[in-house]
Amino acid sequence: MTEEQSASKKSAVIRVKTEWCKGCEICVAFCPKDVLEMEGGKVKVARPDDCIKCMLCELRCPDFAITVE
Amino acid sequence: MGKDNFPNVRMMQGNQACAEGALAAGCRFFAGYPITPSSEIAEHLSVALPRAGGKFIQMEDEIAAMGATIGASLTGLKSLTATSGPGFSLKQENIGYACMTEVPCVIINVMRGGPSTGMPTLPAQMDVQQARWGTHGDHSIIVLVAATAQDAYEQTIRAFNLAEKYMTPVILLLDEIVGHTTEKVVIPDASKIELIDRKKPDVPPEEYKPYAETEDLIPVLANFGTGYKYNVTGLCHNETGFPINDNAMIEKLIVRLTKKIVSNRDDIISNRTMSLDDAEIGIFAYGSVARSAQSAVTRCRAEGIKVGLLEPTVLWPFPKDEVLEMAKKVKAIIVPEMNLGQMAREVELASRCEAPILKLGRVDGNPILPDQIVKMVKEVV
Amino acid sequence: MFNYLEYVREENFPHIWCSGCGDGIVLKALIRAMEATGMSRDEAVMVSGIGCSSRTPGYVDINTLHTTHGRAIPFATGVKHANPGLKVIVVTGDGDATAIGGNHFIHAARRNIDLTVLLYNNYIYGMTGGQCSPTTPIGYKASTAQFGNIEPTFNISGLAIAAGASFVARADVYNAKQCEKMIGLALEKKGFSLVEILTPCPTAFGRRNKMASPVKLMEWLRDHVVSGAKWEKLSEEDREGKIRSGILIDVDKPEYTEEYKKLTEKLRAV
Repeated sequence: MTEEQSASKKSAVIRVKTEWCKGCEICVAFCPKDVLEMEGGKVKVARPDDCIKCMLCELRCPDFAITVE
Repeated sequence: MGKDNFPNVRMMQGNQACAEGALAAGCRFFAGYPITPSSEIAEHLSVALPRAGGKFIQMEDEIAAMGATIGASLTGLKSLTATSGPGFSLKQENIGYACMTEVPCVIINVMRGGPSTGMPTLPAQMDVQQARWGTHGDHSIIVLVAATAQDAYEQTIRAFNLAEKYMTPVILLLDEIVGHTTEKVVIPDASKIELIDRKKPDVPPEEYKPYAETEDLIPVLANFGTGYKYNVTGLCHNETGFPINDNAMIEKLIVRLTKKIVSNRDDIISNRTMSLDDAEIGIFAYGSVARSAQSAVTRCRAEGIKVGLLEPTVLWPFPKDEVLEMAKKVKAIIVPEMNLGQMAREVELASRCEAPILKLGRVDGNPILPDQIVKMVKEVV
Repeated sequence: MFNYLEYVREENFPHIWCSGCGDGIVLKALIRAMEATGMSRDEAVMVSGIGCSSRTPGYVDINTLHTTHGRAIPFATGVKHANPGLKVIVVTGDGDATAIGGNHFIHAARRNIDLTVLLYNNYIYGMTGGQCSPTTPIGYKASTAQFGNIEPTFNISGLAIAAGASFVARADVYNAKQCEKMIGLALEKKGFSLVEILTPCPTAFGRRNKMASPVKLMEWLRDHVVSGAKWEKLSEEDREGKIRSGILIDVDKPEYTEEYKKLTEKLRAV
């Protein structure tokens, strides 16, 4: 199950592999643009259009659960 | 008359014979740690292995030496370590790892007196049960024993062959007398020495499973670095080598580890006998004590006393059928050994009360002499 | 996006590490470093001992060896000495490498054998339930130090330098990019190399020490770890309580397996 949301302007695609996400919130807390949110104990891509593709969420996700394209 | 007249005969200490036997067996890796009375094995190989293109390393402790030995074996080198009592205790952790992961290697223990640091320069046979059960957990293991320098040479070769054949650690026990006695060794022609190498995978890497079920219960472990990328763990594992929690799979693994050895008992065990056919009194002896027992048998026979000797050269698996057969024939079995009856217990179990078992233990650091055995025989008669 | 899946044994995921454990971040940094150095996966061997960090090899698609507690370095030494052509990586933890395996750790550094040691330092024994380790700070709580730890700690990197390691760096998982860079340099170094990686354990360390949330522990790293360049600019006073990251030593010394090879060649030429 892959949740996919694309940001049309900057064409960032943030994918979350929810079955691997353990809900640690690291990606949410350190996203400089507040793109991510928690929902039901898992990360949710709330504002994909704001993503600047800094890749920090992908770098720091311990669970291989989030990728940015 | 120089040694050139007898190119295949050499005077050698038992420990050196182990080192020479290891080289003849194709051993190309040794990791060790200094300990009396086994250090000559390391010293000899520190010279011979680099010359032979092999690897020698003195590790920081006994535990590390055992670990390095296993690591090296996983790259495909036949690997050896050698030690004595206290060091043997330290090695037990990783001997268990080798049992569980089925990595072939040879451990030589030149037995001295214990417990603890005990008697570093005096002989004993106090580690025979530790060799069987020293590491924790249910497992099976092969334990050989040497009585002469010739044995030390040949048994080291056999230890490597059994390790490679059954993918298991194999322990070779010497006692200090055997390790430190210099005597004649006849070196067989290299072409006449039978060598066994571990199986190699016959499937491509993508189909390879290191612990896949095999008919002979023995796994096929590829050498690291040959394209077969797999996992090895001391945890209970499945056929791919990854940890498991499945009870049925765990049981299957643990049962197989023992079964692969005991179901091949006939191939592994080996005994020497002397005058056993018509014996009325049996002797069960191994290691240097078996030499005293041979002498005792000769002397008793000269006096018309019908004594025979069963001398195992493999202690584990235990030769229970042979012991039972002897027990059915004789009036009593004497078990002389340099401990307080460690193997006598096994003899007692195996003989199923067919004959009384008489212990002849000695733990003062002196060898058991033929006189002592003869005296006991006469008491029994 | 980096394609981590190409390097992992996907069938073993999701991994066993707790929510917010930094070990997964280290694993990703390692994978990126492996890709950057272009190492042959057939010729790479990863060896570990026991503990949370030591479960790493199970996830990486190379030759992997999960050994006994504290003993990864001896096994790795055997592998490397037997076949110096192999790239040997050791993954270990603060307890595994500096308590039960302390002797092996210092001697491998002294020997300067070509191993790359990644030491995940999370200040605690995580897998066994949060007992204090040689790096649990004084005053911090552990399941075996419930009134606060009273034992001084090891400076792991300092220990490795003193023992003779040819490359030592410190990194942390908040600065995941720097972590990747340090691992890459260690992989490329000939000789004993260590990267001490500070990584959070929310479950066994954080919960007892008022930092239960993974984010809190990451913030702690952010606020306490200072990279080498910045460290140089800090006054003695400002360095108080801070931890320096980056390269701590990088020297060239004779490497064990090369020296052994030279010896062998000399002997065999005679």
